[in-house]
Amino acid sequence: MAVQDNQPAALDPAAPMFKPNVSGRYKLDRIFAALAWGATAIAIAVLVWLILTILIDGLGSLDWQFITSFPSRKAERAGILPALVGTLWIMGVVAFVSFPLGVGAGLFLEEFAEDNWFTQLVEINISNLAGVPSIIYGLLGLAAFVRLFESVTNGRTILSGGLTLVLLILPVIIVATREAFRAVPDSLRWAGYALGATKWEVIWNHVLPSALPGIMTGMILALSRAIGETAPLIAIGAAAFIPFLPEGLQSQFTVLPIQIYNWVGRPQAEFHDIAASGIIVLMAVLLTMNGVAVYIRNRFQKTR
Amino acid sequence: MTAEISRDTAPDLWKPNRDRSRLIEGIVKVICGAFAAVSIITTLGIVATLFFETLSFFGEVPFWQFLTDPKWTPLFASKQFGIFVLVSATVMISFISIAVAMPLGLLSAVCLSEYATPRVRKFLKPVLEILAGVPTVVYGYFALLTVTPFLQIFLPGLKGFNSLSAGIVLGVMITPMVASLSEDAIYAVPQRLRDGAYALGATKRETVTNVVLPAALSGIVSSLILAVSRAIGETMIVTLAAGANPTLGLNPFVPVMTMTASIVQVSKGDVPHGTIGYQTLFAVGTTLFVMTLALNIFSFWFVRRFREKYD
Repeated sequence: MAVQDNQPAALDPAAPMFKPNVSGRYKLDRIFAALAWGATAIAIAVLVWLILTILIDGLGSLDWQFITSFPSRKAERAGILPALVGTLWIMGVVAFVSFPLGVGAGLFLEEFAEDNWFTQLVEINISNLAGVPSIIYGLLGLAAFVRLFESVTNGRTILSGGLTLVLLILPVIIVATREAFRAVPDSLRWAGYALGATKWEVIWNHVLPSALPGIMTGMILALSRAIGETAPLIAIGAAAFIPFLPEGLQSQFTVLPIQIYNWVGRPQAEFHDIAASGIIVLMAVLLTMNGVAVYIRNRFQKTR
Repeated sequence: MTAEISRDTAPDLWKPNRDRSRLIEGIVKVICGAFAAVSIITTLGIVATLFFETLSFFGEVPFWQFLTDPKWTPLFASKQFGIFVLVSATVMISFISIAVAMPLGLLSAVCLSEYATPRVRKFLKPVLEILAGVPTVVYGYFALLTVTPFLQIFLPGLKGFNSLSAGIVLGVMITPMVASLSEDAIYAVPQRLRDGAYALGATKRETVTNVVLPAALSGIVSSLILAVSRAIGETMIVTLAAGANPTLGLNPFVPVMTMTASIVQVSKGDVPHGTIGYQTLFAVGTTLFVMTLALNIFSFWFVRRFREKYD
């Protein structure tokens, strides 16, 4: 900033209380600036280090056979097909259930809700739930979906895991949905009312379509968080070794993070390398999803 | 939902049919309200499951023993349930992680908001977001197989599983959270405060450390508390890198077991419902839940109590 460059004129040197010592202070300034940039550089360096490590360890054993094989006791024959398919199943369940739930709740809070005890209770709950550790959701899923509703979910299955993750990411989706609704200008609503539309007609025909890109972006980001989660699924007891493909909602399953965790936890170094290959696959899935989210955001921001 | 309009019934072209629309609106409102209530049900579900299973846990293990036993051996023949063993490991690792995340996160926040040009900032923010979006199991891999061997070059006494590298990597994981929340707080400090400091002859660093940071203090402290709460509840990094060896003590070079790691260990063992092992999960879960909830509430309270308002 310009202020820095104009050094203040030297004051009366006899004044003992005010010692500008400008050069010393500017030296401190430079050190501080270097520290600030250094901290940011360290954060980026760690990210680069992490990515490089995983690419170096994992690219060697990443091939088509790895993606299309079942897990094995021998590292060179092991693959991640069941984990990949399980992740896709989980993603489907989570998307299918959390979309109506999250958008409905966001719609209620942003468009319908009066400022009463119910609304306040919901708001407090949402902000609290966002701070609950993910493994606690796993314990809830274990007690509720695996035990209590075992007749519906059939125990430690895709349905139980998916529903557990739905509860985990619901606060994220609700927050994103509300922001998307808030971003729709009020003039649009007034125009609708002026033409004689009822509140529901305005919401369904105008507010919802305008907010949809924002909702989709938030939805995809929340989904990408869900499929990177490991702890809650371990807590509900998702199996680590699945030598078959899941056949339905009530089928046992494993997902990419659990498969990776399982391989990292083994003592043999060969398994560590295929764990890195699994990480590359997982990160590729996540990057694709984030790319789609960014694409949707940019595309619809321009056209509006 | 556009109404089907046919040209033959031109006189009926404009049929407001408000009753039907109001009915739909009423139904939708009830359904959406029910969806919103899911968050309340989730909280109730968490509290209820934790409470009842913990209650039956304390039916078998005296509360005092739970607090004071010097060992944690729920799956052994001679069972002992000293939660303090797990809490000490969790607290130590969280302390290491915040010791890493506080300088890194705060300085990055200062860098982003005060030093970086808009263009650089636009590049740096997504990079930090990527760091926040990396799945925790990947950090676990990184801590166990990269950071620990790297640290062992300098610290030969470091065991393969240890709290030090778990804490450091955990600190890297929560750095983006500290950085982005603190940056929001720093960003909210009005420009005229900075201008005032410059007018008094302060240098840029003096302005930042003596004016801007104190003004943003409530937001910064709350971001740090939330980060600690996140660190306490983190599971995969500590499970993979810190080991599963419940020992009492504050030595960061040896394997330990955190609360979350103990939940994972018991879960993997596939304990049957109704046994003391199963109830242990929830007793530990309750401790974890209470700790994080207390921190979250404290952070909210702190922001509300100490926020500086400028307008």
